[in-house]
Amino acid sequence: MYRFADRLAPWLAGLCVLCLVAGLYLGLVVAPADYEQGDSYRIIYIHVPAAWMSMFVYVVMATSSAVFLIWRLKIADMVALASAPIGAAFTAVALLTGSFWGKPMWGTWWIWDARLTSELLLLFLYLGYLALRGALETPQSASKAAAILAIVGVVNIPIIHFSVEWWNTLHQPATITKFDKPSMHISMLRPLLLMVLAFQLLYFHNLMVRVRALILQRENRASWVAELAEKNHV
Amino acid sequence: MSELMDFLSMGGYAFYVWTSYALTTIILLGIVIWSSRQLKQSRTQAIRRAQQHRKR
Amino acid sequence: MTHQGQTTGQVRAVSSENASYPARAEVPVGKLCARFFHRDIRLAIRSTGQWLNPLLFFVIVVSLFPLGIGPGPNMLATIAPGVLWVSALLAMMLSLDTMFAHDYRDGTLEQMVVSGYPLSVIVIGKVLAHWVTSGLPLVLLSPLLGLMMQLPTDAYGVLILSLLLGTLSLSFIGAIGAALTVSISQSGVLLSLLVLPLTVPVLIFGSGAVSAVATGLEASAHVSLLAAIMALSVSLAPVAIAGAIRIGVAASR
Repeated sequence: MYRFADRLAPWLAGLCVLCLVAGLYLGLVVAPADYEQGDSYRIIYIHVPAAWMSMFVYVVMATSSAVFLIWRLKIADMVALASAPIGAAFTAVALLTGSFWGKPMWGTWWIWDARLTSELLLLFLYLGYLALRGALETPQSASKAAAILAIVGVVNIPIIHFSVEWWNTLHQPATITKFDKPSMHISMLRPLLLMVLAFQLLYFHNLMVRVRALILQRENRASWVAELAEKNHV
Repeated sequence: MSELMDFLSMGGYAFYVWTSYALTTIILLGIVIWSSRQLKQSRTQAIRRAQQHRKR
Repeated sequence: MTHQGQTTGQVRAVSSENASYPARAEVPVGKLCARFFHRDIRLAIRSTGQWLNPLLFFVIVVSLFPLGIGPGPNMLATIAPGVLWVSALLAMMLSLDTMFAHDYRDGTLEQMVVSGYPLSVIVIGKVLAHWVTSGLPLVLLSPLLGLMMQLPTDAYGVLILSLLLGTLSLSFIGAIGAALTVSISQSGVLLSLLVLPLTVPVLIFGSGAVSAVATGLEASAHVSLLAAIMALSVSLAPVAIAGAIRIGVAASR
């Protein structure tokens, strides 16, 4: 597993940079300005991928937590632990860029839009997960307790999202729906997909790095770790 | 030159667009650097442990 | 879980000596649940703080709002559903950390884990007892506070019904957090951080139901969604709570 991650990482990094450069070029330079929102819509190329990743990472975290609880695979726990800070970072990015998009569009830094609100709650879930990990002293119980929390969270996310959406439509008539873009021009969509791919690759690369670090920390008594450390990287 | 200025001004939304891109870069770069630093640290620890082990 | 089977043999002798515990015979699930319910109720009645503190907190928080916002009856009537519900939620949070802490400290919780009885059933009894001693008093007191907040008269029935359903869900959802943090000594803030995002739907539908009625609308959609959440949390949470307690107890060994 360690070796696999080691070999895969440079490829992922290369692909990620490629997608990033292409996506940014197409998104910022080539794609035309939106006729309603002008150039400000270009924030979409980081906002949407970050929001998408924030949920994707949580699902990865919960799935690997379930795998860990059921089959006791240590690597699954490491994946979950390594994912949490990355997911929290993506969530923070989505919130910040959403707010920077909202200021010119809605005229305020923050509105209690359904998506922004559920993103905020998602950030709390990530922070709670990390805090629980930090607070429990024995690593085994921290892993298992955090795994339960992640699974409880993933059951709740759809309910939270639904309730927030419902709440939102009750309180404000749907003024925001113009941001739902059912039909996006291909020149705008292509960079968006590229950026989503780039963020996805960024996550996987980062995950590999963090998991390798965790393997080295946790398995430091295993002889193969010592061997590998001497052979490859002295 | 004026093309570049046009690009940088983002149709008047320069502040919002570039600040959000900058913040994103900072956060994502931060987590990348943090992760690779952790990997480096645990690598050197593993090597040190291996060397100690051999001495004994 | 595996460790339960390994340790049952050693500890069973201890647990049968302990007189307050049911002897290990075949006990029907309902009876088992009821036993722990009665035990916790009795314990709670003995310690006044446990049921009185959330209640006092509820009253104080609600009565602070008019002082902070101003006594205008129209204003108070609009914010009353939200204020009552948020205060009830916070009062429930306040009472959570005592739910398993006592039993954890004196080792009773460990006995429950190793007793061989289905832990999730025991947990249901305990959580229900917690609700009766902390959630139910809030529900009973809420009409009085609604009166102070100028809540329209039509809304009282829904206020009580929504709080009844809501606080029960909150007890079960909160118990997951309480069980996860049982081995941590200063768990107050952490517990709220874990539980509060999960309680958002309850808050939304609960206060939504009350304000719907207060503004002359139908509340049945809110109430049935609240009931659905309650059914979901009552049926699924005990499994998570039991799992979390096992982990917490194993950590201390």
